[in-house]
Amino acid sequence: MSSYRLTAGAARAALVFAIIGTAMPPERAAGHGFAGQRFFPATILTDDPFVADEVSLPTITRPPTGLDRSQELGIDIDLAKRITPDLGFTIGQGWTHLKPKDLPGVTGLTGLNTAPQYQLFIDGPHEALGLVGLNVGWAHTGRVAALGAPDVTTLSPTFNFGKGFGDLAPELAVLRPFAITGNVGFDFPTKTESAGTPNPNNLNYGFALEYSLPYLQCCVKDIGLREPFSRLIPLVEVAFTTPVTRGEGVQTVGTIQPGIIWSGTYFQIGAEAILPVNKASGRGFGGVVQFHVYLDDLFPRSIGKPISEW
Amino acid sequence: MRKIIEAAMAAGICVLAIGPAAQAHAILDHASPGVGSTVAAAPPVVSLSFTQELEPAFSSVTITDASGQRVDLGNVQVPPGAPAELRVGLRPLPPGTYTVSWRVVSVDTHPTEGRFQFTIGR
Repeated sequence: MSSYRLTAGAARAALVFAIIGTAMPPERAAGHGFAGQRFFPATILTDDPFVADEVSLPTITRPPTGLDRSQELGIDIDLAKRITPDLGFTIGQGWTHLKPKDLPGVTGLTGLNTAPQYQLFIDGPHEALGLVGLNVGWAHTGRVAALGAPDVTTLSPTFNFGKGFGDLAPELAVLRPFAITGNVGFDFPTKTESAGTPNPNNLNYGFALEYSLPYLQCCVKDIGLREPFSRLIPLVEVAFTTPVTRGEGVQTVGTIQPGIIWSGTYFQIGAEAILPVNKASGRGFGGVVQFHVYLDDLFPRSIGKPISEW
Repeated sequence: MRKIIEAAMAAGICVLAIGPAAQAHAILDHASPGVGSTVAAAPPVVSLSFTQELEPAFSSVTITDASGQRVDLGNVQVPPGAPAELRVGLRPLPPGTYTVSWRVVSVDTHPTEGRFQFTIGR
């Protein structure tokens, strides 16, 4: 039976996040991903642990071939904007071309996603960041019948974190450029089924492990790299979705995405391969490229500032 | 399909094209003595070169020895004609490892910070 009631679990989770956020005021957030001397680039798959003034314009994704041998190409645009130095939001939507095997291709918008976010903490000396958010996937904002865009609004409280390894002991200095970011979230669909198919409560989790050559150059040892090589950040991202309730017969799905990000002064470019973790996640491999702009650096005195400071 | 991809890329390029020039976070580009380097003799000056121009009034650098004692002369300056550089003089130093800690504000008010070590050879 379907219902549009907000579940009690979602309400409790939102309350907990609100209390935590109010009780732990952060150091001032910096427009994009800085914690002390550590710069965290915006990663493609893993949600960032910082509020920001940035836009991905565009992200072009060719996922692995589907289990039903369908093929897909997606183009997404995502905006992250600070309202105050520590409070922000993200909004994103995509356009998809889906080609089922032996059937004509269809195109159209995917669902709209938004997320209010709060910077829980920034610990500069320990290169650590924490952020809480509430991702919302809105119903009926894409082509539901043709593309499988959601006909149900889903609320997903999330916790995103980042940690640089810059405080490792001197004998491990070569490992200091490593950093990890990660996120964990839980889906609360606002109705339990769509067209007879259950909408499960999913646990979403993943991380990005990166080795920052800019950090190596600036803070550990200048090995003589110069641009563009001194701005490269090789990384591998991993993300999984596991159904917890109403997911009978549905496997955990996920991808592993090795790639590289080049981070410039005003923008970054990222490219990753997409490898499914199991058969349920797809066949073969895909790829994704992203052009990502730092609005706070491009427009430091206007739209790159928090809205509260306009 | 191709037109949509081209339009999205063009929009990204337009965002860059209408932005102002030469303002962003100041990141350490290189230093003398070099980051993590070992030098034979104590340098009289430490200089740091950044990727962006600096606000001198809000930019600082301190140098400490292994015991945490400050060993720079405190005469931090952005040299005339080198607005993206920061220099500070050093006392005569014995062999050892020294930590350079910097905090700067770029001309568009973005603050950044960092630290690194260099060693005077034994």
